[in-house]
Amino acid sequence: MRKLTDIAANRRTWAWPYVLFMVLFVVLPLIMIVYYAFTDADGGFTLYNFIKFFHTSEAINTLIYSFAIALITTIICLLLGYPAAYIMANAEFKTPAVMAMLFILPMWINFLLRTIATVELFNMFGLPLGEGALLFGMCYDYLPFMIYPIYNTLQKMDKSLIEAAEDLGANKAKVFTKVILPLSLPGIYSGIVMVFMPTVSTFAIAELLTRNKITLFGSLIQRSFGEGGIAMWNYGAALSLIMLIIIALTSFLDSGKESDAKTSLI
Amino acid sequence: MILTPAQIEARRRARALRTKQIAGNAYLWLLLVVLYAPILLIIIFSFTKSKVFGNWTGFTFQLYQNLFTGYDYNAQVRVDPNLYRAIAFTFIIAFAAALIATILGTLAAIGIYNMRSRSRKVVSFLNSVPMINPDILTGISLFLLFVFLGISRGMTTVIIAHVVFCTPYVVLSVMPRLTKMNPNIYEAALDLGATPFQALRKVLLPELRPGMVSGFILALTLSIDDFGVTFFTKGSGGLETLSTFIYADARKGGLTPELRPLFSLIFLTILILLVVMNIRAAKQAKK
Repeated sequence: MRKLTDIAANRRTWAWPYVLFMVLFVVLPLIMIVYYAFTDADGGFTLYNFIKFFHTSEAINTLIYSFAIALITTIICLLLGYPAAYIMANAEFKTPAVMAMLFILPMWINFLLRTIATVELFNMFGLPLGEGALLFGMCYDYLPFMIYPIYNTLQKMDKSLIEAAEDLGANKAKVFTKVILPLSLPGIYSGIVMVFMPTVSTFAIAELLTRNKITLFGSLIQRSFGEGGIAMWNYGAALSLIMLIIIALTSFLDSGKESDAKTSLI
Repeated sequence: MILTPAQIEARRRARALRTKQIAGNAYLWLLLVVLYAPILLIIIFSFTKSKVFGNWTGFTFQLYQNLFTGYDYNAQVRVDPNLYRAIAFTFIIAFAAALIATILGTLAAIGIYNMRSRSRKVVSFLNSVPMINPDILTGISLFLLFVFLGISRGMTTVIIAHVVFCTPYVVLSVMPRLTKMNPNIYEAALDLGATPFQALRKVLLPELRPGMVSGFILALTLSIDDFGVTFFTKGSGGLETLSTFIYADARKGGLTPELRPLFSLIFLTILILLVVMNIRAAKQAKK
C-alpha cells in the first residue's frame, strides 16, 4: 500500500477532492435533470413531458418570447455598451480613471432590490409596468456585464496596430471596421454570452418588473417546481433540459472566456 | 492677428477633439445617471419613514434608528425579526461557502496545474460548467439531486450549492499565481527534506496567497448576491437569506422599509472601500 505522504507528494492528487465534489454536485445533478425529464411521477420511462411541451402552445410561445426578449436586451446592451467601453478605453477622451469602477459598482447592490427600485422609478414617472419596463430593467441589470469585457479587450489591444493602419492611409472609419472592431470581437462575444445567458433564464426579475403580467420561460420552469407539487417536477425537468440545451449552444460562442471576464471584475 | 493655414488647421483639430471629449464624457455620465437613479432612490427614501417605498413623508433618521435598535418606537412594533435572521444567515452561508471554496479551489488549482494535458482539459471543462450554467439550472439540478437522495434541504444544502458556483472562480484566481511561480522552489523544498505539507505551508501558500484572497472575496460577493440557487436549495424550513427575504417580501406586496437604510449603508461601505482601494492602487502605480 502507498503511504499517505507519497500520495500527497504527487500534487496531481490534490485536485481529487474537488473532482469528487464536482462529480457529486455538478455532474450528478445534471444527470438528475435528464433522469426526471424522461420519467413520469412513478419513475417509469416516458416521453410524455416533451410531448406535453410541444403540444402546449403557451409553453412554446413563452420560450420564443423569452428568447426574443433576451436577444433584444443583448442587442440594446451591445449598442449602449460598446460606445461606453470604447470611450473609456480610448485615452483621447480623457475620461476619469474611476469611470470603469463606477460602472460595476451598482452590481454590489442586491439585484432584486435594484429591480424593485426600478419599479418605483417607473411608478413615480407614471410609466406602465409592461414590456418596456421589462426591457429597461433587464438592460439596466446587465449593461455592466456587456461593458466590462469589451472595455478589457479594448484596453489590452495593441495600440501600435491602429497607428500602423493610420500610417498606411486608412481613414477613421476604416481603422475602426478593419482593426478595432475585429480585435474587440472576443470581448463582444463574452459580453453577449454574459448578458444573454442570465436574461434568457431569469425568473424573478420579470415577475417584479411587470407585476406578474409577463411570464418568461424561467418563471415557467420555476412554477413547475412550486405550487404544482411533485406531479409537475418531471415536466419542469423537461423544460430545464430544453433550457440547458439552449445554454450549451450559446456557450459555444465563447469557450470559457466568460470566466476570465467575470474574475477580472474584482 | 493673421493665422497661417497650418495654425487654423491645428485650432480646428483642437476644437474638434474638445467637442469629441465633451460628447463622449456626456454620454458616459448620462448612462451613469440612469444606472444610479434607482440606487439614489433607495438612498433618498431611506431618510423618510413611510412604509410605502416612493412615498415621501418628511426627512427623518427613523428607519436607521429602527434598523439598529430592532424596534419601531413610533409604531410600537418590532422590526421584522426575520430580517435580522436573514442578514445573519446571508453572512454565515457566505463565509462558510467562501472558506470551503477557497480551500477546495486552491488545492484543486495546484492539482490541475500538475496534471497531464488530457485530464487537465477534462477537469477544466468540469470547472467551467457551474460558471456557464445559469443559477436557475444549478438550483434545480441540485434540488432534484437532494430530493432524489432524500436529503432534507436547509443550511447545509445551501452551503454546498454555494460552494458549487464559488469554487470555479477560486480556481481561476489561484491559477495565474501558479503559472507565474517558479515550479522548482517547491521541488527544492522537498529535496531539502521538507514534507509535502511543510512545503505547502512554507513555500506554496505564501506564493498563492494573493490569488486565494481575491478568490475568497469574489466567492463572498457571489454568495451574498445569489438568489436563484438559494431559492431552490433552501427548503421550506423558514431559512431565508437577504435575497430570498426581499423576494418573498416583494411578492407579498410590501417591502420591509428597514431594507432601505440597510442597503444604503452597504452601498456606502462598498463605495468607500473601492475608492480607498483605487487611490492606493494609483499611488502604488506612481511608485
